[in-house]
Amino acid sequence: MSAENHINESILSDEIKEHQKKNRIDHMKYMPDMEVLESDILDKVLNYVENYNYETYTEADVKRALSHERKTPEDFAALLSPAALPLLEEIAQCAKVEKERYFGNSVAMFTPLYIANYCENYCIYCGFNCHNKIKRAQLNAQEIEQEMAAIAKSGLQEILILTGESRSKSTVEYIGEACKIARKYFRVIGLEIYPVNADEYAYLHKCGADYVTVFQETYNSDKYETLHLAGHKRIFPYRFYAQERALKGGMRGVGFGALLGLDDFRKDAFATGIHGWLLQKKYPHGEIAFSCPRLRPIINNDKINPMDVHEKQLLQVVCAYRLFMPFASITVSTRECERVRDNLMKIAANKISAGVSTGIGEHVEEMEDKGDEQFEISDTRSVEQVYEDLEKLNLQPVMADYVYV
Amino acid sequence: METKKDTWKLGNHEFQSRFILGSGKYSLELIQAAVELAKAEIVTMALRRANEGGLANILDYIPKNVTLLPNTSGARNAEEAVRIARLSREICQSEFVKIEIMRDSKYLLPDNYETAKATEILAKEGFVVMPYMYPDLNAARDMVSAGAACIMPLGAPIGSNKGLCTKEFIQILIDEIELPIIVDAGIGRPSQACEAMEMGATAIMANTAIATAGDVPLMAEAFKNAVEAGRSAYLSGLGRVKEKGGSASSPLTGYLED
Repeated sequence: MSAENHINESILSDEIKEHQKKNRIDHMKYMPDMEVLESDILDKVLNYVENYNYETYTEADVKRALSHERKTPEDFAALLSPAALPLLEEIAQCAKVEKERYFGNSVAMFTPLYIANYCENYCIYCGFNCHNKIKRAQLNAQEIEQEMAAIAKSGLQEILILTGESRSKSTVEYIGEACKIARKYFRVIGLEIYPVNADEYAYLHKCGADYVTVFQETYNSDKYETLHLAGHKRIFPYRFYAQERALKGGMRGVGFGALLGLDDFRKDAFATGIHGWLLQKKYPHGEIAFSCPRLRPIINNDKINPMDVHEKQLLQVVCAYRLFMPFASITVSTRECERVRDNLMKIAANKISAGVSTGIGEHVEEMEDKGDEQFEISDTRSVEQVYEDLEKLNLQPVMADYVYV
Repeated sequence: METKKDTWKLGNHEFQSRFILGSGKYSLELIQAAVELAKAEIVTMALRRANEGGLANILDYIPKNVTLLPNTSGARNAEEAVRIARLSREICQSEFVKIEIMRDSKYLLPDNYETAKATEILAKEGFVVMPYMYPDLNAARDMVSAGAACIMPLGAPIGSNKGLCTKEFIQILIDEIELPIIVDAGIGRPSQACEAMEMGATAIMANTAIATAGDVPLMAEAFKNAVEAGRSAYLSGLGRVKEKGGSASSPLTGYLED
């Protein structure tokens, strides 16, 4: 299937189709106040993807890739190709060996905390988008503290702070305050917020955050434009350079993710890997992480699905990331069910969330004014359950793998 | 006849075991096997993994009768390593510290320059400093003058189980440096541990090799035996091992008459 006619119909509604007909701003042009980096990584990634024709790879290419001790981008391309699917068992075996070489049996545990769900973007597949009629909420400092205290009680030491992407509602200062509170309860603080400038990342790092994850969703900029109809997120290159700005701002590590199912998942997964690979080459100290989300149903559209990205393809992607960058951290979210997650942890991933809610204010029972969820989660296990289940799989849950310096 | 105990020293502390459990991959089973079967007296621990009083705190797994060796993994420069070391002294009540400084998230190769800097600062503060380094003789000498208690050269990239890729350079350190040489990182098989000991290394450190074995306790025992065999071979004085050329039956100097 070519990228042009790859449309996930499950996302579209009549209303969205109408919106798509309207004129929109140039998604490649920076808005005022958006920092422009002198960097060639975007061109390089897009060039790699443009030349990636996955139909040309054969079983022999995949076998050759597996035999290489260090995988080249060409090997990575072969591992993501359809020719690799019949060899999935062999690939999974190799991925497991690599994972154990770098991570042994340890699996890092964390939980996301949504502190707001206001959003100024119009991403047609996302439950938080500004046109979706959902209950909006934002936690104040006291509520954030209550939620964090409740989470810390479960034994977790790593937290991922999320906001919707509303710079005016959830300001950088607001997020900074949340980080400061988090420092009282947690050892590792990650952020999944709207992209900001390097000096703002530096400020958030000073407040306690040390990991920044930004999903590019799709690396096909033409497709990106039809999915992100309004808001800051619409600006493709600004989002693309978020991880580089974060590293420049002093963050310890950065996370990448393509939302599998939005566009041609093979090209998107390839681009994601190359993006991380090029950035690690440029910033050797930077830690690299991958997430592998597939599309999920949202409020007001329960039909959304990841189309041609089945469990097999998901495993293929996760293994390809692991083999290409064996030292990278790989997270599998609660978008996937217990069975899939546990098996991915056994094979190739090394990080898992637990006790998850994607709504606002749901860790403390008596809290009112709850905001709605971003997407439906599939694995609803508590921290304790995930912990016990990992142990049953002979995996070692790890609560903290970092000391603040 | 009573044989003299074959011990070695780190700072003022004396040890008999020449197997040190490295950090990285932990489980209760591994630590038990390392202590009971591989006879480890020193267990390394990444301070960043300690979760005092919390869930899955690795400190809970470590028996009281072993020497805890905190490392500074996660540090990217001397300054960060020094801060982690100070913190580790507080938390672990241990004056030992293994310096690990890496500026590369891919290969995790140690930065010798920053390591020498951190060694100097920490040795002055009274730590027993154990620098993990790339086996470079000049840098090792810097570590010695900075006050290191031993030298820990890597055998191969960390976690790679590749054995003694840097063998020739480690041999130079063994020959030239007066401090204990502890081969760290890369040892994947008991035979490689044995080889390092035969070469004259004081001790070896391993983790992945045992942690990822099919039968952890059995592999722990294999390491103990290998380390002991290598040590005995070294002490006995290895017979001549020719690597190049044959032994001429009629010596070239046989013509000499007066």
